[in-house]
Amino acid sequence: MLDSIESTLEALGGQSYLADPALGTSLFLALKMGKPLFLEGEPGVGKTEVAKVLSRVFETPLIRLQCYEGLDLQQAVYEWNYPRQLLAIQARPTGSDASGEVLEDIFSEPFLLKRPLLQAIDASQDKPPVLLIDELDRADEEFESFLLELLSDFQITIPEMGTLRAVHRPMTLITSNRTREVHDALKRRCIYHWIDYPSPERELEIVRLKLPEVAESLARQVVAFVQGLRRQEWVKLPGVAETLDWAEALSHLQVQRLELATVEATLGFLLKYQDDVEKVKSGVGAQLVREVLAKEEDESG
Amino acid sequence: MSQGSGPGFRPASGRSEAPAPLLANVLLFGRVLRRAGLPVSLGQMLTFLEALEWVGITDRQHFFHTARSLLVYRREDLSLFEAIFLKFWRSEHPLDSPRGQKAPRAPRHDLKPVPFTIANYLAHKARLFDPEIEVTDRSGSFSDQEVLQRKEFSRMSEEELAEVRRLLSQLRWKLSQRRTRRWVSARRGRRVDFRKTLRQASQWGGVALSVPRRGPKVKQRPLVLLADISGSMEKYSRLVLQFFYCVSQSLGQVESFVFGTRLSRITPQLALRNIDRALEEAALEVVDWSGGTRIGESLESFNRQWSRRVLRRGAVVIVVSDGWDRGESAELGAAMRFLQHRCHRLIWLNPHLGKSSYQPLVEGMQAALPYVDDFLPVHNFHSLEQLAERLQDLPRRR
Repeated sequence: MLDSIESTLEALGGQSYLADPALGTSLFLALKMGKPLFLEGEPGVGKTEVAKVLSRVFETPLIRLQCYEGLDLQQAVYEWNYPRQLLAIQARPTGSDASGEVLEDIFSEPFLLKRPLLQAIDASQDKPPVLLIDELDRADEEFESFLLELLSDFQITIPEMGTLRAVHRPMTLITSNRTREVHDALKRRCIYHWIDYPSPERELEIVRLKLPEVAESLARQVVAFVQGLRRQEWVKLPGVAETLDWAEALSHLQVQRLELATVEATLGFLLKYQDDVEKVKSGVGAQLVREVLAKEEDESG
Repeated sequence: MSQGSGPGFRPASGRSEAPAPLLANVLLFGRVLRRAGLPVSLGQMLTFLEALEWVGITDRQHFFHTARSLLVYRREDLSLFEAIFLKFWRSEHPLDSPRGQKAPRAPRHDLKPVPFTIANYLAHKARLFDPEIEVTDRSGSFSDQEVLQRKEFSRMSEEELAEVRRLLSQLRWKLSQRRTRRWVSARRGRRVDFRKTLRQASQWGGVALSVPRRGPKVKQRPLVLLADISGSMEKYSRLVLQFFYCVSQSLGQVESFVFGTRLSRITPQLALRNIDRALEEAALEVVDWSGGTRIGESLESFNRQWSRRVLRRGAVVIVVSDGWDRGESAELGAAMRFLQHRCHRLIWLNPHLGKSSYQPLVEGMQAALPYVDDFLPVHNFHSLEQLAERLQDLPRRR
């Protein structure tokens, strides 16, 4: 379906996702070569969104595994349905002592609870799903080493049942916010892509596309302000998601021209740390607003 | 693989007008990348060649993006890769002078002449002590050692310091543990291990004769070390580095940083097995030995660049400094507050604290103190031993 970089970019664009050619190339290659795509980048640059868009493009289910510390096989792959197993043992006719049979019985598919990773390689699907392993950096190293096995062969071994192999390789995306370094061995099995903050032009395009109701002039000011913020050092820089939220909020407030008071009142949309908010209020904000307005006058006049 | 395409690599000025075969160029490119320190495997090169069949080689940008997504898998390497790529593929005949290809080298492979620094001097001195001499050193009577343990570092002679360093390497470091959220089999665990129970039960005809249990896995806490190496701390900095080295070697998950006016991360250097080389390399990484101090600014840049990556999973932070700060004390206070909120325990080691007359009156120290969980001395060897004990047994809550 997607047989060139251009058509990949087009398909993403058709679902209102503006990707730059570099991301288009990585995604195209990942799909073509059947390799997982490893997306790294600051929070809010649209990593998770890629998976959602992909599942819409291919009209295939999105299977999402949110990682967290302590994530284990029971939550990620499969678990046995214990209450059901207990009932099955109780219900079996008294006097039968074929213990081997019981074992075989209660450790079979009807008693299996499929978690995301097993669902992703489930043979009953008619086309490959999109598998999103989100924020892998939150999981611990033990889970990472398990993934190594899954990602190289797309198969899962259940001791009681044997090895299950994917009929359709899922389109796999892994994201990381880089709160820690994910092991090289894992990254090497993937196609690696670092998503950066978008350029001013692209960010403006994104705002236009996602929020057509926001006035052109306001969109320009919002993007200029956020880009100005990103040039300085903060505990946490605002991502594209924050830009969109803020633009929408300002548009609801019917703002046409950025003013310091409005900016300060709505800062919570952009900056999520009190230290950062205070820094903006101590003069950085006023300076930025002046710059943005001067630039806006140049552009419109 | 360079052998396979050998003849094609000779500088051939005579046939420079003929375009060189792509395959040879790509392989040479891989070699140049490796020489620059990028870990590019043969497998990756093969995948890259395979991918070129789909992407085509007519569009330069596509070619670049393809190469980047398949050959680089670390953000740090992206800019180096780009620089090499531009240099390599700019000329139409990159084979003209393969020997002349001077790619920028990755810093870890850069061997600069070693300048004179405290750590180098220390390393030099350390080399004079071979292991056999250390054995005879140990014959020093018990009372000698006792005296040494209580003597202040700042008053020690070179020989005494060397002895302290030897003692330091014998100290056993252990850091308190925390419960992770991962569950493992445990005899007295709080949860029932249903899977095991049922597996056993089905073998006993459906009767659960035993109920195995699971409990949380415990792991050592991560440790972050931050040392002040400015002028006022000069006489301690060599010992501090040695201390960091010993701790990093005996514990896993240790991150080390030093700062004067700016912050340097020396974790990879201290991971080297050989102590002389480790300290040498660490000294190269540091730009401002014995300069001024901006503790607040340095801690703030730590907070910004590193805190989210290294202060995870209930980390313990140790700051070694005397609190002499030339920056704004308000800034230091804010940085300390941020730091304390994000770690399990914030320990400040001050070399002056052991002196009976010392009062933490320095402005910087005053600003930092409200956010310090443990304010401890490091003026003699005995205080280091106490620190080791303290680390083993940190309270679970502040």
